[in-house]
Amino acid sequence: MSNDTPSIHIMRSKLGRAQGLGSAKSGLHHWWAQRLTAIALLPLVLYFLASLLILAGASRAQVGAYIGEPWNTVLFLALIAALFYHLSLGLQTVIEDYVHVEGKRLATLLVVKGGIILLALASAVSVLKLAL
Amino acid sequence: MKDVREALMVGRNSEGKLVRRPLSPHLQAYNMLRMSSASSIFHRITGVALGAGTLLLTLWLVTAATSDAAFAFTQGLLGSWLGLLILFGFTFALFYHFCNGIRHLSWDAGKGFELTEMHRNGTIVIAAAVVLTVAFWVIGFLVW
Repeated sequence: MSNDTPSIHIMRSKLGRAQGLGSAKSGLHHWWAQRLTAIALLPLVLYFLASLLILAGASRAQVGAYIGEPWNTVLFLALIAALFYHLSLGLQTVIEDYVHVEGKRLATLLVVKGGIILLALASAVSVLKLAL
Repeated sequence: MKDVREALMVGRNSEGKLVRRPLSPHLQAYNMLRMSSASSIFHRITGVALGAGTLLLTLWLVTAATSDAAFAFTQGLLGSWLGLLILFGFTFALFYHFCNGIRHLSWDAGKGFELTEMHRNGTIVIAAAVVLTVAFWVIGFLVW
């Protein structure tokens, strides 16, 4: 058998191997949060698309008046929260799949997640400024 | 092999020889024209594209909150032919990701996983995305 042929030398029970790999306690959180934000986004995205149709060709004052309606403010803020959270989780999965070098992966994740937080804050603050 | 996780990366090929398993996703292992792989990778591509599209959402909100001149800039950008083309692509990506997302959620619930069902609901998703995009823009141009 040549040296580059893989082989298994580890004598270990299946339970021991599973415990060595860690439990699914915190690992499930990402999966679950991605699904919950997806479900929340179903009605919120439909609302957003309807808003775009309502605001097609609208002036700045009309956009401000629309977003300034209390329920519209709430729904826009909810949309921003769910959308950017979902985006962060999704891009994290993509980065973890394709960036294999550990340092580069961590750096990419930090830059992307930091950028998403800034975009989310800028969007939310703008909605509040239009509303208040 | 020092790492215990390596043990899970070893399998046997059809000749019974021990081989290292390929990592997943491993694009060259799949026929990208099949419904299963094509709808999956397109979900990911539209997801990343929508991520870039959120820059436009942020730009729209920030300029609306800033000044008339800033908002006029965004309107000029989005109202141009290139802007409308990007928005058209954005809505198609959104409708596809929306419909295929529902498909993924139904898979999570254990439904629609059979090969024939998977092919059928994949076709429905693509058709629905096209129809919804066209309907959205027809309504958009009517109310504009």
